[in-house]
Amino acid sequence: MKILWKRLSSALLVLLAASFVTFTLARVIPSDPALAYIGPKATEADSAQLRITLGLDQPIPVQYFKYIGQTLQGNWGYSLSSKQPVLQEIADRLPSTLELIFFAMGFALIFGVAMGVYAAKYRGRLQDSVIRLLSIAGVSMPAFWLGLLLQMLFAGRLTWFPATGQFDIELKYDNPITKITGFPIFDSIITGNFAATMNGLHHMILPALTLSAYSFGLISRMARANLLEVMSQDYIKVARAYGLSERLIFFKLALRNALPPILTITGLSTAYLITGTFFVEQVYNWPGIGSFAVNSLISIDYPAIMGITLLAAIGYLVINFIVDLIHAKLDPRVWMR
Amino acid sequence: MKSKLKGLSFLFKDKLTGAASVMMFIFIFAAIFGPWIAPNAKEGAGTANVDNSYIGPGWHHLLGTDELGRDLLSRIIFGARPALLIALAVVGFAAIIGTLLGLIAGYRGGWIDSLIMRVSELFLSFPPLLLSLVAVTFLGPGLVNALIALIISWWPWYARLIRVEASIVKSKPYVEISAAMGVPDRVIILRHILRNVTTPLIVQIAADLGTVILAAGSLAFIGLGAQPPSADWGLMVAQGRNLIFDQWWISTFSGLAIFLAVLSFNIIGDALRDHFDPRIARQ
Repeated sequence: MKILWKRLSSALLVLLAASFVTFTLARVIPSDPALAYIGPKATEADSAQLRITLGLDQPIPVQYFKYIGQTLQGNWGYSLSSKQPVLQEIADRLPSTLELIFFAMGFALIFGVAMGVYAAKYRGRLQDSVIRLLSIAGVSMPAFWLGLLLQMLFAGRLTWFPATGQFDIELKYDNPITKITGFPIFDSIITGNFAATMNGLHHMILPALTLSAYSFGLISRMARANLLEVMSQDYIKVARAYGLSERLIFFKLALRNALPPILTITGLSTAYLITGTFFVEQVYNWPGIGSFAVNSLISIDYPAIMGITLLAAIGYLVINFIVDLIHAKLDPRVWMR
Repeated sequence: MKSKLKGLSFLFKDKLTGAASVMMFIFIFAAIFGPWIAPNAKEGAGTANVDNSYIGPGWHHLLGTDELGRDLLSRIIFGARPALLIALAVVGFAAIIGTLLGLIAGYRGGWIDSLIMRVSELFLSFPPLLLSLVAVTFLGPGLVNALIALIISWWPWYARLIRVEASIVKSKPYVEISAAMGVPDRVIILRHILRNVTTPLIVQIAADLGTVILAAGSLAFIGLGAQPPSADWGLMVAQGRNLIFDQWWISTFSGLAIFLAVLSFNIIGDALRDHFDPRIARQ
């Protein structure tokens, strides 16, 4: 419990520091934020007035403390392009992104472990080499390019999947999703809106596959390496000597013990998915945080950028925290450190 | 001479690594001699030829032409130089800054160690690439700013790596004795510690080159890196993005260049790590 508190307090410090970095970056903008807010037609007087309204005329430290106070109160500022509260914009989009990450992680874990097991089983043979190439390809693939290729192939040529979007446009009129939690596919399931669920899953496959490539590469390599390490240990040799079946040894004894590091790398690779969504959502017009982030970056929408950066830092911390917890659960020695 | 060749033999230790090495040499060759080997150097450098827009891949244009009628193969060959230069510059600067700070932190210890490590943790508290994206946005889009933004988020990895190695070497008896004998810190750091951290440093640099090409391509794709009319792979993928269903070759081949470059660098990075650290290779 003590360690938990220690972790939490250090996490808070990191967040505070992260907010400082974001704030500093946003304040070194060469362009005038006030100008970005009202547009190029603003007069000098308008601009000066707005600087006072936005608090930009005050000293930087004062601005920073104000920013922290406001952020803690849930006031993350207003997006310059949509004029909506940043926190609202984020809350509206976050569920779609989380669903995308969830499915991508699922694909990566299933394919990654399966391929890793397969490669370990056929170590040194052709299958192993092919999977090794696939793993390295996974971490070498630009997500935006993979997205375009899949679109061209499976949406353009084969028309198996829709090219962009989260649902068909008609769905809004035919089978509208009742908003309960805000997670579109989840909501469609709990409200029994089967048509919407299927439609959503259909739209999900290509983006989730694209996003999963990087994690797949990491997980399959880790799974292979760990399985081989476990398989070379004495208790496996003993089990073999006792004449236990290879299948039993492989799946019951070896895989279970190879799992903790695999889960750790899975958690860590989720961190890559956070920025991965920026590119995947951009390519697939996914209405989530990622596309919001890219649009905000391009239009130098600094309140939105600051909000997204803070959110990403929080997400990153949470992921690392969960990874630590899982790690500790699987390996009690961790608590003693 | 023979021993020197043997030192590089890991580049061809298996078929995959061999293929990657050949690929890497092709990219390096293209980066150096691009203007002389490109089928159409003028178009590669950016001269438009609008009469030839959107010609599909074929005999006259192996990889087709882009929206301004430029030969795509020439453009891609011209793109090799900026791609490799960015990778070298980012990794180079990040390694220099990180090594310096890591050496100081690891060797000196104390408050300066804490300070350097806290600052580097701060930079690492953001998801990968995010800090670069934000930094380049506020610095203003462009190749040089993208470079600076990538260095900003890359050096902490080196600082941490070198710090660990340096603090290990520091507690070795021969280093402690040298210090006791009054050898100046500067000499100890340069002669003993730096020499011992070279191997992990090289391995890390090799592993990072591909990742940096990927990161730079990503920045360029969303319009925050190199700007038109430069021949930049990421930018070229973005320019062909809306044409992907009809003029598919523009994005496909430009992205393929990024993919192959990153892939071959990553494979070679792996081979280099195995070469220097046989413990991992044995698995």
